[in-house]
Amino acid sequence: MLLKIENLHAGISGRQIIKGLNLNVEKGQIHAIMGPNGSGKSTLAKVLAGHPSYEVTEGRILYEGKNLLEMQPDERAREGIFMAFQYPVEIPGVSNSQFLRLAYNEKMKHIGREELDPIEFNELLREKAKLVQMAPDFLKRSVNEGFSGGEKKRNEILQMAILKPKLAILDETDSGLDIDALRIVAEGVNKLRNSENAIILITHYQRLLNYIEPDYVHVLTDGKIIRSGTKELAIELEEKGYDWLKTNAASKG
Amino acid sequence: MQTRKERFYGEIFRTSKISSTKEPQWLKDLRSTAFSFFNEVGFPSVEDEEWKYTNVAPIVKEIFRYDNPKLGRKTTSFLAEIASKFTFEETRKSFLLFLNGRFRPDFSDFQALEAVKIASFGEAFEDAELEKVLQNKLNSLVDYKKNGFTALNTAFIEDGLLLIIPKGKVIESPIQLIFLTENELVAFPRCLILMEESSEATLIESYYRNEEGKYFTNAVIEISLANEAKLKNYRIQRESHNAFHITTSYAEIHRGSIYDSTNITLGGKLSRHDVGVIFKAENGQAFVDGLYLVSGEQHADTHSVIDHIFPNCLSRQNYKGIVDGKARAVFNGKVFVREGAYGTDARQSNKNLLLSNEARVDTKPQLEIFNDDVRCSHGATVGQLEEEEIFYLVSRGLRRTLAENLLTYGFAEEIVNKIEIDSLKSQIDKALLNRLKASL
Repeated sequence: MLLKIENLHAGISGRQIIKGLNLNVEKGQIHAIMGPNGSGKSTLAKVLAGHPSYEVTEGRILYEGKNLLEMQPDERAREGIFMAFQYPVEIPGVSNSQFLRLAYNEKMKHIGREELDPIEFNELLREKAKLVQMAPDFLKRSVNEGFSGGEKKRNEILQMAILKPKLAILDETDSGLDIDALRIVAEGVNKLRNSENAIILITHYQRLLNYIEPDYVHVLTDGKIIRSGTKELAIELEEKGYDWLKTNAASKG
Repeated sequence: MQTRKERFYGEIFRTSKISSTKEPQWLKDLRSTAFSFFNEVGFPSVEDEEWKYTNVAPIVKEIFRYDNPKLGRKTTSFLAEIASKFTFEETRKSFLLFLNGRFRPDFSDFQALEAVKIASFGEAFEDAELEKVLQNKLNSLVDYKKNGFTALNTAFIEDGLLLIIPKGKVIESPIQLIFLTENELVAFPRCLILMEESSEATLIESYYRNEEGKYFTNAVIEISLANEAKLKNYRIQRESHNAFHITTSYAEIHRGSIYDSTNITLGGKLSRHDVGVIFKAENGQAFVDGLYLVSGEQHADTHSVIDHIFPNCLSRQNYKGIVDGKARAVFNGKVFVREGAYGTDARQSNKNLLLSNEARVDTKPQLEIFNDDVRCSHGATVGQLEEEEIFYLVSRGLRRTLAENLLTYGFAEEIVNKIEIDSLKSQIDKALLNRLKASL
């Protein structure tokens, strides 16, 4: 089991947002987590990545059998966890290629592989940039500075391509993308999926799932997964809306 | 009553003399008037609003030596040493050395500056026309009465530099001024830089340390841009961390001329830069940007004045500061928009990063507008690194300290990226990476 979340309770500034969440993810799988605004989707992503503002009050998370909550966020990243940010941060003054090479080499050091010098790394970077149709010019520019929404999201996927995570969490990567950008991002992700990694897709809309086909779909409301199914669940959800499931869950309970 | 210190300057003043035998009477008069003024006002104190945050007592306390120009020490191999240590690939044939405050053509190489008029003040006094220029312009942009430091500098005017970019000339090679002061010495560099109509040049004003000792550089730089002239002025202050440094530099800008300066402060134990721009006609543009990075027990002060006297001029000021350890930085930026200076477009920003609990910044932007038809903005911030930015880098596997150092470097880069001379930029980059331990 790559990731095992058991009875997770988490929140921010004393406010409970996730209230007893369970999820198992195996290598090679894609899990979509859908839910209305405020249901806890992004909180889950941030807890997995180790954002310091979020606090876990109960439950546990095992990543490759190890206690994830005891690992610092940078350690998690070097161990293969990657979160694509919903709102990627702009870092003025640091070029994309400098930043990516540092991150790449930190990881290589960690797994005992050879680090790359700037020339070698730029070759790798240029090749990966094609995956998300990013012009070489973007690699020289400051990280995300002055990038459009779509460019920022493509840059996240480029980072994913460079760091080759075992577990990628894509936090609303589809938000704010027009159809062309969405297609580029989705194609990038599809090329990166393989039998050795897993992806958690966090999304509000079913649209993304037309391009990246999940193995499982989970519906999150009020901090809990209230329904799990296959991609058909997402289609049903798109037709009937989240309220349908909420009433459904309430009448069941 | 005179302090011991002020008596010291009196003693050395009696021995100071221009190397030329032809010191004109007007200069003798100017120097002695300036010295009397210094005797009257002494060094500024923290009671003085302009010096509230910078206590110059450590400078006042010190007794320095004063270099006798007649000694003429140093061998020709010194020239080669200077060239290899302090010049850039771009300035190998276009550097002018100031040793202990005096312009030394014998230790300079300006073969690439044939189109430029370069003269020490001593040489200029041999030429009636150049002497006239000096008489008219010297002390016209930085008045000796500004404070005790400018008065002292003026009193000790000896072999300064007169540099004239003739009308219409575009000088391709950057002109590098190298200021070196030896240990235990006090130096009073003085420059008058005149950009004639429609001329263009790049000036690198570089204050370096030859030794890691205690000394005192007190410089005055006067710059004049005639109509449609363009000057890029990089100022690099990398003095010894035991040294004292005071520079007062003012530029006047005439119709349609552009003055673009980038001021990098890394060195000095106690340093102060008074920088000013005065618009003397319409449609001028001034960019006065800077970066100060201080740590340990360094103290760096920037006082700026941008004076919009004429209409339709533009000024932009972007100063960034990084303060670590027990260091202290001061930024005071005055922008005046005078009555009648309609259509003024002025912006000023000063952002500071504090890297330690004991570091301190005093920042004071001041905008004084005597006119309605203007666009002005100013702002100052003092803060720490953004937690969200740190998390973004850390979430990609960078250790927290590396992430912080990288962000600090990025903060400074906005200013450093302005530098258009590759080897100068890479020298500053390296110095920053080294200081910030941000291995890239």
